[in-house]
Amino acid sequence: MRRALERQRHILDFTLSSLARRRGRNLALLIVYTLVVFLLASVLFLAAALKREAALVLADTPDLIVQRLTAGRQDLVPIRYVESIARIRGVQAVEPRLWGYYFDSLSGATYTLMVSAALADHPGAILIGGGVSRRSEPGEPARPLGKGDVLPFKDADGGVLPLRVQGVFPAASELVTADLVLVSATDFRRLFAFPDGQATDLVVRVRNARERATVAAKISRLHPDSRPVLRDDILRTYEAVFDWRGGVIVLVLAGALLAFVILAWDKATGLSAEERREIGILKAIGWETSDVLLMKFWEGAAVSLCAFFLGVFLAYLHVFFTSSLLFEPFLKGWSVLYPRFRLTPQVQLGQLAVLFVLTVVPYTVATIVPSWRSATIDPDTVMRR
Amino acid sequence: MPARNADLFAAFLALGVLLVGLMLVDTALSRRLDEAATRQRRAIVTTLTLTDLCLTTETRSTRHPSLADLHTPFQDHPLALDRFPSGSLMVLPPHLRPREEAR
Amino acid sequence: MIRLVDVSKVYNAGRDNAFVAVDGVSLTIAAGTVTALQGPSGSGKTTLLCLAGCMARPSSGRIFLEDTELTSLPERFLTDIRRRTFGFVFQRFNLIKGVSVLENVMLPAYPTGEPHAVVRQRALALLDLLGLAGKGSARVEWLSGGEAQRTAIARALINTPAVLIADEPTAHLDTTLSREFMDSMGRLKARGTTILIASHDPLVRDAPVIDRIVEMRDGRLVAGGEQG
Repeated sequence: MRRALERQRHILDFTLSSLARRRGRNLALLIVYTLVVFLLASVLFLAAALKREAALVLADTPDLIVQRLTAGRQDLVPIRYVESIARIRGVQAVEPRLWGYYFDSLSGATYTLMVSAALADHPGAILIGGGVSRRSEPGEPARPLGKGDVLPFKDADGGVLPLRVQGVFPAASELVTADLVLVSATDFRRLFAFPDGQATDLVVRVRNARERATVAAKISRLHPDSRPVLRDDILRTYEAVFDWRGGVIVLVLAGALLAFVILAWDKATGLSAEERREIGILKAIGWETSDVLLMKFWEGAAVSLCAFFLGVFLAYLHVFFTSSLLFEPFLKGWSVLYPRFRLTPQVQLGQLAVLFVLTVVPYTVATIVPSWRSATIDPDTVMRR
Repeated sequence: MPARNADLFAAFLALGVLLVGLMLVDTALSRRLDEAATRQRRAIVTTLTLTDLCLTTETRSTRHPSLADLHTPFQDHPLALDRFPSGSLMVLPPHLRPREEAR
Repeated sequence: MIRLVDVSKVYNAGRDNAFVAVDGVSLTIAAGTVTALQGPSGSGKTTLLCLAGCMARPSSGRIFLEDTELTSLPERFLTDIRRRTFGFVFQRFNLIKGVSVLENVMLPAYPTGEPHAVVRQRALALLDLLGLAGKGSARVEWLSGGEAQRTAIARALINTPAVLIADEPTAHLDTTLSREFMDSMGRLKARGTTILIASHDPLVRDAPVIDRIVEMRDGRLVAGGEQG
């Protein structure tokens, strides 16, 4: 047993010395390899964490949201739909939602403006999310807005409507409230010249969860211009949100993978004459085929394992300690308001195992297989050269 | 006697495994620590009847992806998906994909 | 010590380019002796060395090491015996480039699983013995011809073999280094090592340390052979 372990250590020693001979190239390979693992792992971690977060936080999202389409565009929903929908069997309650997007030209930010019943008796007051409180105008010093501060809004007539901040949503809730501005119904209608008798969409509560689809179908039949969105749809949206098949991620991944394949190319296409000569020498001085193959295994495994651990660790730091800094330019895009939150770390052994198999195994195999033939040459070939 | 390469490497691997272990522990701990905050967020979602996480405020289709329909990006701009980086990262919700639309 | 009985080796048997390297050779090498194999190139010296040193199997005939018959042993046992019993010095040294002298010397011992410290100690002692003390961490490429040769010898001795086999060891050496080589052989003989040298260098043949000269031509023994 001790001998077996010592043999491993010895062969690993030689393999590492051997890798160090082509330091530059192997270092480049390691860096690219680590990058590939880093990207894959980052996306995996981000997607998993968001999935979990969404599943937990959106668990009680409305059963059904009813929208209306006119000429393929999302349109306002007449409030009289409320009564007709409320009469459908299985529907427990129907409520209109008034909300929209407000573009603040002074700061360049876009808010999600919502009517809240809590502010019904407080016209002129608003509740804002963390991202809104960080609002700043160009040339102005940044100062977080708090209770008592006044935000200037432009109403539909072009006049100014100042609204006073009555409270700020807690920082821990930014994941859902970052860009929210809650207003009273009066202020909402004034800001948007929102027509009476209309709502942005309707919230429907269903008695029995299993009946959601049936009720949705009934609503569609009742109002053919309506478009119901089920809670299941909402939750599934977040299960798939950062699918690796999405646009930019595929490109970046493909690029990194290509770089990796190029560097690993000479491994996969078989051994150079120099390497074959060295294997011949090893066999001549007493190494068996299994010793040579073990060396080749370690050659691949050493690089893959390093890249795996480095890549995974860096990905963890990236996603959970820097809030996916590298993805921010993509998620933020042209917008001004960007939410600030720390995702709860979500890493599972199963995920890591899959990542391990996807990243470590192929390269290690690619290093051993081409060496098979050379490893089995007769030891006397070196003598006869 | 200088440290053997193999031993250094083994130490590095051990460190790697340790770090992975720490990540798993961090996950478990953070979950517990964040429970209260998660409940708070959930309560806000329920009270305000929210439907989406605020991941970006760039366009309608990426701010409220679950409420978007296939044409929402085009309401912003005919070339919307090209011009808005967040759309390049976030993927079409399942219920909008072809076989789902037929519902 | 080593006994070859009517041994033949044919390469590419059954094909157009079949080539008989060794043809019906019988030879006994006594322990502790230094034997020189002489003959022109192509005479089969190298092949005979390979056969004697368990590097290749004969096409026909039998080979005995002490009392063990090698020809009937499976591959793995053969390699193990070869590792423990034989040390090889090649014509072109065949050291691994980019790796230190010490590691080169220790290489043959790696697969045996012997403790690192023990092997390292032996390697350093061998380097001392061969006048290479302090060169352990040098890159093999930086060595002079003589130093490389001595490194090759040290490597051949790392597993403390009973038999040292050298193939044209002086082919790339000048007279001084050749004489030094033969002196090293003398020292090893004094320690009880059996030595087998293939060479067509008269300097080797005429060295006082040689106990016996065996001549080969066209794969057959011409002089000095014995019936086992």
